[in-house]
Amino acid sequence: MSGKKPPFPLLKDGKRHDGRGPMDLRPIQMKVGILHNADGSAWVKMGRTEVIAAAYGPREPPMKAMILPDRAVIRFRYHMAPFSTDERKSPAPSRREIELSKVIREALEATILTHLFPRTVIDVFAEVIQADGGTRTAAITAASLALADAGIPMKGLIAGVAVGKVEGQLVLDIDQVEDEYGEADMPVAAIVGLRKIVLLQLNGVLKPDEFLKALSMAWEGLKRIYELERSVLGSKYKGV
Amino acid sequence: MNVASEKRGFALPGDPIASNVNVDPRSYLYVYKIDNTIYAAVPCMYEITNNVLKVIPLEGVYVPKPGDVVIGLVINFVITHWQVDINSPYIGILHASNVLGRPYNPAKDELKDYLEIGDYIIARIENFDRTRDPVLDIRGKDMGRITEGKIIEIKPSRVPKVIGKKKSMLNIIKNDTNCDIVVGANGRIWVKCPNKDLEDIVALAIKLIEKEAFLPGLTEKVRTLIANEKHERGLL
Repeated sequence: MSGKKPPFPLLKDGKRHDGRGPMDLRPIQMKVGILHNADGSAWVKMGRTEVIAAAYGPREPPMKAMILPDRAVIRFRYHMAPFSTDERKSPAPSRREIELSKVIREALEATILTHLFPRTVIDVFAEVIQADGGTRTAAITAASLALADAGIPMKGLIAGVAVGKVEGQLVLDIDQVEDEYGEADMPVAAIVGLRKIVLLQLNGVLKPDEFLKALSMAWEGLKRIYELERSVLGSKYKGV
Repeated sequence: MNVASEKRGFALPGDPIASNVNVDPRSYLYVYKIDNTIYAAVPCMYEITNNVLKVIPLEGVYVPKPGDVVIGLVINFVITHWQVDINSPYIGILHASNVLGRPYNPAKDELKDYLEIGDYIIARIENFDRTRDPVLDIRGKDMGRITEGKIIEIKPSRVPKVIGKKKSMLNIIKNDTNCDIVVGANGRIWVKCPNKDLEDIVALAIKLIEKEAFLPGLTEKVRTLIANEKHERGLL
């Protein structure tokens, strides 16, 4: 959303610059249990965006001062690897990463049953390996899978997807180019099984009717991602 | 809505399991309730018998339960008790009187004469309710400090697989190797064998169960592994 003119048309004959239709998701791949040392882990690839998430806990807090007497503390870190972007990104947490860590943590707090483990801490780390737009939604999807893989009690799996506005048209699951030259970007994450939205941000401008349409488009995408999450997680236990 | 049509099944987090059923007190950590419907909170197997729902989690940490036998590692001691790592979010407390079997007098008794930091112990959870740390007890038969053998650590959620139905898996390992095995509910397993080779074989078998817990034909694989390893090491 730089306001600049795109170097090539983002929408041509109803097709987007990468050949997708407005309602198409990028090719999605997911895996769980990829890290040996974490209690739970997941890898999510949406198009060229790649995120690894690791979940630990509930475990004993490193500092007694941080414990809560009635529930578990959740710590979440969203981080982009220095090699994840075109130009090297400083590994120090940026303002954007600190903010995203906070909003994703709050989204996870809505699904994790923290009251079951008072006086403990649950740690989730999401590392963006390759960034091509939609990293926060991929991170929250990966974090949710990692939590389920770690057996941390939760209300349901979270899926995330972004809807954008490109050359006046709403499109699902935008990538870096569409985000940069588009008119709006709206990431949505939800506990799909319970039909509860846990994260909703909007960068840019949408009219009220466009907003409602964008939300229903996001739901369509979320349902598809959720089904994929379920099948990936379920395939781990196909022998039971 | 009545979704309690099946008696047994597999559920992922967020899946509705049943409505209008009672939840087994040991299963409340793995489910939640909205209106009258019970939903799974972790990947789990469930079973409904006589309108009571029992859930077996497939992942997760060890949550102490009174009566469980666990294998702990002494990590610290203060004036009245030891602190014991029991592979759980909560640290175990072992009071001196639960070791000595008599009232403890700090003026006369030195805790480090009995248990040192780094000692492994077989203990029973005496009391626990999440608002306070679990209290351990090592008095009783086959309990106390471990002086020989080997400790193998696995995921606590794989413990039922190592034991098997009616201890079938455990008995296979025991009979095929002539080892003494104590499986702690917290995922630590103590093994004492006639020789080191057998100890290694048991460790390999247990690690195989942990890795392939949800794949079919596990019993046969364990039997084959033990037989092959014994053959290779010249123990047959």
